[in-house]
Amino acid sequence: MNRIDRRFDTLKSNRRTGLIPFVTAGDPAPEHTVALMHALVDAGADVIELGVPFSDPMADGPVIQHASERAIAKGVGLADVLGWVSTFRQRDADTPVVLMGYLNPVEIRGYERFAAEAVEAGVDGVLLVDCPLEESAVLAPLKAAGLRQILLAAPTTAPARMAQLCGAAEGFLYYVSFAGITGAGRLSTSDIAARVAGIRSRAKAPVAVGFGVRDAQSARDIAGFADAVVIGSALVERLAGAERADEIADRAKAFLQPIRTALDAR
Amino acid sequence: MSQDFHRWPDAHGRFGDFGGQYVAETLMAPIAELTEAYLRLREDPEFLAELDRDLKYYVGRPSPIYHAEGLSRHVGGAQILLKREDLNHTGAHKINNTIGQALVAKRMGKPRVIAETGAGQHGVASATVAARFGLKCVVYMGAVDIERQKINVYRMKLLGAEVVPVTSGSKTLKDALNEAMRDWVTNVADTFYIIGTVAGPHPYPMMVRDFNAIVGREAREQMLEQYGRLPDAITACVGGGSNAIGLFHAFLNDANVRIVGAEAAGEGIATGHHAASLAAGRPGVLHGNRTYVLCDDNGQITETHSVSAGLDYPGVGPEHAFLKDAGRAEYVGITDDEALEAFHLLARTEGILAALESSHAVAQAIKLAREMPKDQLVLCNLSGRGDKDVHTIAAREGVQV
Repeated sequence: MNRIDRRFDTLKSNRRTGLIPFVTAGDPAPEHTVALMHALVDAGADVIELGVPFSDPMADGPVIQHASERAIAKGVGLADVLGWVSTFRQRDADTPVVLMGYLNPVEIRGYERFAAEAVEAGVDGVLLVDCPLEESAVLAPLKAAGLRQILLAAPTTAPARMAQLCGAAEGFLYYVSFAGITGAGRLSTSDIAARVAGIRSRAKAPVAVGFGVRDAQSARDIAGFADAVVIGSALVERLAGAERADEIADRAKAFLQPIRTALDAR
Repeated sequence: MSQDFHRWPDAHGRFGDFGGQYVAETLMAPIAELTEAYLRLREDPEFLAELDRDLKYYVGRPSPIYHAEGLSRHVGGAQILLKREDLNHTGAHKINNTIGQALVAKRMGKPRVIAETGAGQHGVASATVAARFGLKCVVYMGAVDIERQKINVYRMKLLGAEVVPVTSGSKTLKDALNEAMRDWVTNVADTFYIIGTVAGPHPYPMMVRDFNAIVGREAREQMLEQYGRLPDAITACVGGGSNAIGLFHAFLNDANVRIVGAEAAGEGIATGHHAASLAAGRPGVLHGNRTYVLCDDNGQITETHSVSAGLDYPGVGPEHAFLKDAGRAEYVGITDDEALEAFHLLARTEGILAALESSHAVAQAIKLAREMPKDQLVLCNLSGRGDKDVHTIAAREGVQV
């Protein structure tokens, strides 16, 4: 059984809301990425979303774009990211890891080759932002290798299309609660609640909500109606500039633990 | 050549293996809305009549085909004919597209238009039509390009547009495109994104091609009228590829017409400092479509170089990628030096200052003509005028203006 499915089963039976932090691989320090991943787990992460740096992250806001640029400037590429997951797996066999990024690095590496390497490294799923359902045929080798394709749904997604996404969902369905780019703006909780309730009743996989979650309060608001909460830009922003492994781990924990507590106190 | 090249793209926006809609979920709805609107409008006689009126009375179409006798004599080969897109209002082919998209925006009830620009030509063309149709206009432009193209930045401001400098990435066209996409995702309700080239997600490569295809349609008729036959070869410069596909499209099914695109080889393809995506790139995914891109082994898009800002783009329209793989068109590199030499030669033999972009096409036309007999015809798209580049050329040649 795929680690993502197993983790969401456990969350469901324990009646807990999942916590999914996103970090950009290689930022703030490439050599401490694996330590950061372990720190995320220590702080209560249920699934790790690991961003694969890309030079042209069209759907991301400035925070994640700058994290990508910093990592690329230090020479971070897809091979490094796979290597870090593999190292992470030596000490953590259970926490699911989803690689989040854009299609071109995977396309250039080759779909077959990437699928084999990712599974070998211990990756469980991919969220390729610029690969919507309509273009997903190219991901057949990834699916055949057992990787879950995490799909996005948005407030702008039309009803007929939402039904399609719900039917095709696997691993988890990632609902972006804001129509804009990552990390932008404020969200209206009641509006999201109503939409997510509708999606959850139809989706063939759990529903995680993200884009705009910044703190314990906004996480708690979402926890009432989502299977998991994704936290990205706010965490990446908090980590930026940290240099030593302990400093990075401390910042990650200081930021995530109150959110974990808020989710569990619900 | 049995295939009908006019049947592309298919219903999914694909040109063979290229094109498509590789965008984030948040963009799927606006793209679907645009596709639906455009597919309706491209068959709407009223819309097409309105477009034709503006192309005639505002842009000044048709643009002539001019026999460059002086240049042809100097080269000593085939006769070089120029399709004079530089004579359009605003001085380039870009307005063919922006007029079309602004009319689509108007019909869709969007009061605000945004655009990305490299050399500033598309920004000026967008600001122009926004003023013409009373639309609010925001133009994203790389900070490096703003520095290179100060006159065009000022022109846009004179036309009432807001120019937003983009300081991320390489601070050039591709980064401006990323930023404009972000604006669109955030403001889809009232905003229409005028993409300036035949790239981006479907329907843009098709729509921008359709609006520029007037160039080739006119040229084909003019050739038959003025010369009683089609040209033996046609050529145009290729950055994103909108003026090139505009000229090429009407000739794709004319198997005897050789089609050659001139990409920016910068300091030479071997140096790595160039923007020749088709000649030196590989298939990948960028800015919403699968096409040839310039990237490293990690899939990171690489920074490009060309003396001409308008060709300085690491991708290319998917239809060109398709035509290359199908063997219907050839794509070759023209270096900065070759383009500049062609610029000067055209200026002295014909009294025409070509844009640096178009000078790449002129250089290619000269190469083709040199190898062909005197009674053959090479048609070259002179896509824009060179006034905007005078300072760049002077600076490069160490001249104080």
